[in-house]
Amino acid sequence: MNVFSDFDFNIIVRSLPYLFREGMTFTLTLTAIATVGGVLLGTLIAMARLSSLPVLPAIAASYVNVMRALPLVLVIFLFYFLMPYIGQWLLHTDRPIKVGALSSTIITFTLFEAAYFSEIMRAGIQSIPRGQVAAGYAIGLTYPQMMRYVVLPQAFRNMLPVIFTQMIVLFQDTSLVYVLSITDFLGAASKVGQRDGRLTEMYLFAAVVYFIISLTASTLVKRLQARIAIAR
Amino acid sequence: MPMISINNVNKWYGAHFQALKDCTTSVEAGEVVVVCGPSGSGKSTLIKTINALEPIQGGEIIVDGVQVTSPKTNLPKLRARVGMVFQHFELFPHLRITDNLCLGQQKVLGRSREEAMGKALRLLDRVGLKDHAEKYPGQLSGGQQQRVAIARALVMDPVCMLFDEPTSALDPEMINEVLDVMVELAREGMTMMVVTHEMGFARKVAHRVIFMDSGEIVEDARKEDFFAHPRSERARLFLSKILHH
Repeated sequence: MNVFSDFDFNIIVRSLPYLFREGMTFTLTLTAIATVGGVLLGTLIAMARLSSLPVLPAIAASYVNVMRALPLVLVIFLFYFLMPYIGQWLLHTDRPIKVGALSSTIITFTLFEAAYFSEIMRAGIQSIPRGQVAAGYAIGLTYPQMMRYVVLPQAFRNMLPVIFTQMIVLFQDTSLVYVLSITDFLGAASKVGQRDGRLTEMYLFAAVVYFIISLTASTLVKRLQARIAIAR
Repeated sequence: MPMISINNVNKWYGAHFQALKDCTTSVEAGEVVVVCGPSGSGKSTLIKTINALEPIQGGEIIVDGVQVTSPKTNLPKLRARVGMVFQHFELFPHLRITDNLCLGQQKVLGRSREEAMGKALRLLDRVGLKDHAEKYPGQLSGGQQQRVAIARALVMDPVCMLFDEPTSALDPEMINEVLDVMVELAREGMTMMVVTHEMGFARKVAHRVIFMDSGEIVEDARKEDFFAHPRSERARLFLSKILHH
């Protein structure tokens, strides 16, 4: 007897539009926003950490250390429950403000990923020879101009493979939003599975999809890495 | 008034190592001064203090009437008027040659893209590299990169040029193409301070030679005097070593 005879794989075909149009769209959007936001914020944090100003490096380092010491699920919960109060404090309102699960998630992932991206960008900035900095200053660039036109483009370029690799990890981590009952790809699969009592099929399918996307992406990153290596 | 005045400059690395000891000298407008000395003598450090790439702890430096060491000085503005050429070229590897030459013109001097481009191409032509305008630095040889680096400094219309061992990272067959550009520049009357071991260049175009050892300016003399009768034993020893062959 076929072990799969109890399974109904048709459920997958029937739920495809829902899984991808709702679930995967959210997953990819969150991944993209958190990556762009995380890299931008992370770059600022990295620059703060490397700055020669007095307190700034310590603040930046604490931020990174705290974020990296906490499990992501905990941070998701914590921010979800804290954000209304933080908003109240920031905006001086009478009551805790309403922050939806969606915006809470986007902010959380951006802030959380920024800690990781800042370490990547810090390594990238430090990989640029000091002579480049001197050359930038020597033609009269100010510190912000020198970073913007000389150091950061090279740092970003050198770190691109690592940034994409982190993005793949992030893509998988977005599934943790299920704790706030948000319909990402895994959440969508889970909902369909629970509704129809077909959890095994749906989870199997979700696993295959995550695997294919992640593997394809990391193969592309490897190719990119080779191309960057030649261009230098 | 001299173009560059260096008065009693002292610099320490940490608390114990003094890299520059009470250095005093000056460079007149249109003068070419060669700085030489054994490695670790502080000559590169000295030249980098002139555009404040290296901070100093004592003394003062004045370039074209501007106090380099004053906290009120707008350093980017000053540096834009002082051209600098580095030992390892330091072209920006992610930018095309033309963009290497336009960056400072556009962002610092506020020139339009057209104006900057026109200037860039004229200077590239002058150093004989117009055909390479759209390449990236990594596609050029060391000698070509260093000529581009000279052009990158010149597009800013500097009042003086600093060279920090411009040929010492080059393969021997590429040294002359760089020196030729520098000789031409010197003959046009550019004020130049050049850290180099190329004594042929010094004999050809230098007006004065400064000899440094252990952070001190040991000798500061007219070229003819320096080569004919170096006053100090240290300079004699140095010359005998590098002019041996």
